[in-house]
Amino acid sequence: MDLLGLGLEASVLTGACHLRRCRVDAEDLVTVALGVREEHGRLVALWGSDERDRENCFHLHLAFEDAQGLLVLDLPLAEEMPSYPDLSEIFPAATRMQRAAYDLFGFWAIGPDQRFWVRHAAWPDTEFPLRRDFDGSRQWPAEPEEYPFVRVAGEGVHEIPVGPVHAGIIEPGHFRFQVVGEKVLRLEQRLGYVHKGIEKRFEELPAHSAHRLAGRISGDTTVAWAWAWAMAYEQAAEIQPPVRALWLRGVLLELERVANHLGDLGYLGNDGGFAFGLAQFSRLKEVVLRANQAAFGHRLLMDRIIPGGVSTDLTPAARATLREFLPGLAAELGELRTIFDDHAGLQDRFMSTGRVTPELAASLGLSGLAGRASGQARDLRVDYPATPYDRVEVRRCGGVAGDVAARVALRFDEIFESLRLLHRFLGELPEGEWRTEAPPPPAGAHGFGWVEAWRGPVFLALEAGPDGGLRRVHAHDPSWENWPVLEHAVMGNIVPDFPLINKSFNLSYSGQDL
Amino acid sequence: MWRVLRQIVRAGMPGEPPAEVDESLRLKERLHAQILATLGRALTIRQVDAGSCNGCELEIHALGNPIYNLEGLGIKFVASPRHADLLLVTGPVAKHMEIALKRTYEATPEPKLVVAVGDCGVDGGIFGQSYASCGAVAKVIPVDVVVHGCPPSPTAILQGILTAISVRNQP
Repeated sequence: MDLLGLGLEASVLTGACHLRRCRVDAEDLVTVALGVREEHGRLVALWGSDERDRENCFHLHLAFEDAQGLLVLDLPLAEEMPSYPDLSEIFPAATRMQRAAYDLFGFWAIGPDQRFWVRHAAWPDTEFPLRRDFDGSRQWPAEPEEYPFVRVAGEGVHEIPVGPVHAGIIEPGHFRFQVVGEKVLRLEQRLGYVHKGIEKRFEELPAHSAHRLAGRISGDTTVAWAWAWAMAYEQAAEIQPPVRALWLRGVLLELERVANHLGDLGYLGNDGGFAFGLAQFSRLKEVVLRANQAAFGHRLLMDRIIPGGVSTDLTPAARATLREFLPGLAAELGELRTIFDDHAGLQDRFMSTGRVTPELAASLGLSGLAGRASGQARDLRVDYPATPYDRVEVRRCGGVAGDVAARVALRFDEIFESLRLLHRFLGELPEGEWRTEAPPPPAGAHGFGWVEAWRGPVFLALEAGPDGGLRRVHAHDPSWENWPVLEHAVMGNIVPDFPLINKSFNLSYSGQDL
Repeated sequence: MWRVLRQIVRAGMPGEPPAEVDESLRLKERLHAQILATLGRALTIRQVDAGSCNGCELEIHALGNPIYNLEGLGIKFVASPRHADLLLVTGPVAKHMEIALKRTYEATPEPKLVVAVGDCGVDGGIFGQSYASCGAVAKVIPVDVVVHGCPPSPTAILQGILTAISVRNQP
């Protein structure tokens, strides 16, 4: 996107998360958004901030990925009427983010969907929790809520409501199916059940200990979130972590990817009627979690990445054990892949189920793992490699079939690639310090983090406040743009295939609800 | 098929013995000893995520793997609270889940047990109490046993479950 052609002047933020930043007006915002769309870029995140104490206005912030990388725009909104142009026609993924921006800030865009999104009935619709004058400790009595789902009419059409308390051990959310016979005509999601005020909570925590909260935005993605946090903090505080720490972060991120993919492969086998798969993959995942515990002191690797480096070094003995353990894992995985590939019944369930074509994926902005299985060849580790990924030439994995089978195959491919990367990282791990002092960023300093988590790219923006505090933190999980695509993936499939399709995406509720 | 059988034989039976009961985890004793003896170890559990980050759920999932082998103890997860003896609840309880959690508790037949899992389920954890979070599970429904940890290990969760269904040793 040529900002200079528009006469806009962008400032550049350097560091692990390199980006351009620019203040725009409403007209320029639409022009830039159209330009980004034109060159096959995508909307990364949309969030707000309350600047009434400084500039007598609000700000809407947008992050785009264009041909040159990350671009952040800031749009001032009038205090008395904070409205802005609807972007959902350009980027459909903006719809839910715009609805959330209303729920949390009272910003409105004249979009096609004016329903609440993250607000159910926990606070009155005249209150906006992320405004600075909102008292975050105040509570209102819980009330049941009626949500106007879209209904499909016609002979033989009926509705299946599911959730928020699901049948399995899953996060809460509500799915409303409109079906005829066994065929799904329409699925509508209602999320927001696990909204627990994470962004407001950040503003109450001292910056130096808030990495714990960042690591709990979505527990299955704790390493990636902690890394995104550290990246943003270090950019704002102008800290350079030691090289060894960066390599250890790479080890941690790939271990997280391997563990999650193994777990998913087990459940995908199970949902396809192959319980053997669950038994085998859940055993392998447990072996990895125990290796995590032995090497780093935590099964899920929570709180291992901290601003300034890592909280635990890897001892030579633990490093040797991890290195010895990888080839065995790869061998078992190869055996299991052959079994999955040769199992006609399983492949019959996987193939052509829950298909998202590359065209649909591109128009809806499908990201991360699910995007790569539908021809969207984006991977931050390849496209904008931060250390240690810039030293190892990460191989891009992907597919174009866009069905459950493609998302299964991609998980196998990505585990093998992660095992290769782990072998490199562990083999070439630089010696030296693994942690440096990380004093809080000065008030008003901004930082950003962007990390390719196992599910897709996580994005985090922070602004430091006075006295070592935090003024504003926004976290964007790729589930935001991928949940709506799941609604499309399910159409025309049968109801019993929904768990399989859902698991093949395995999206986060907590990471989206915040 | 022979590959499947070979893999099963190769993997063997990796199951480990379960954790011991720990009385210090018990908040209060609500069920008569005889009922507990009847429930014994043919226990059905309904898991409710009332606002967790999903970390506790990963470790609850792990209980089903062949190493912890929960079903081998006669304990299984069920799809409806109406079939459950015990609710395994993770927190903090999001305000948006408060009603759903209360309704799940009401739908569970008596006698029923509740185990709150994880630091957030115990006291709200890092999320605390706010406009969007009720905090501890015990603020919303009665709790018998709590399991600390972030997240607690599968062994610790199993210990909590077994403590809830065991009869307290008389001093």
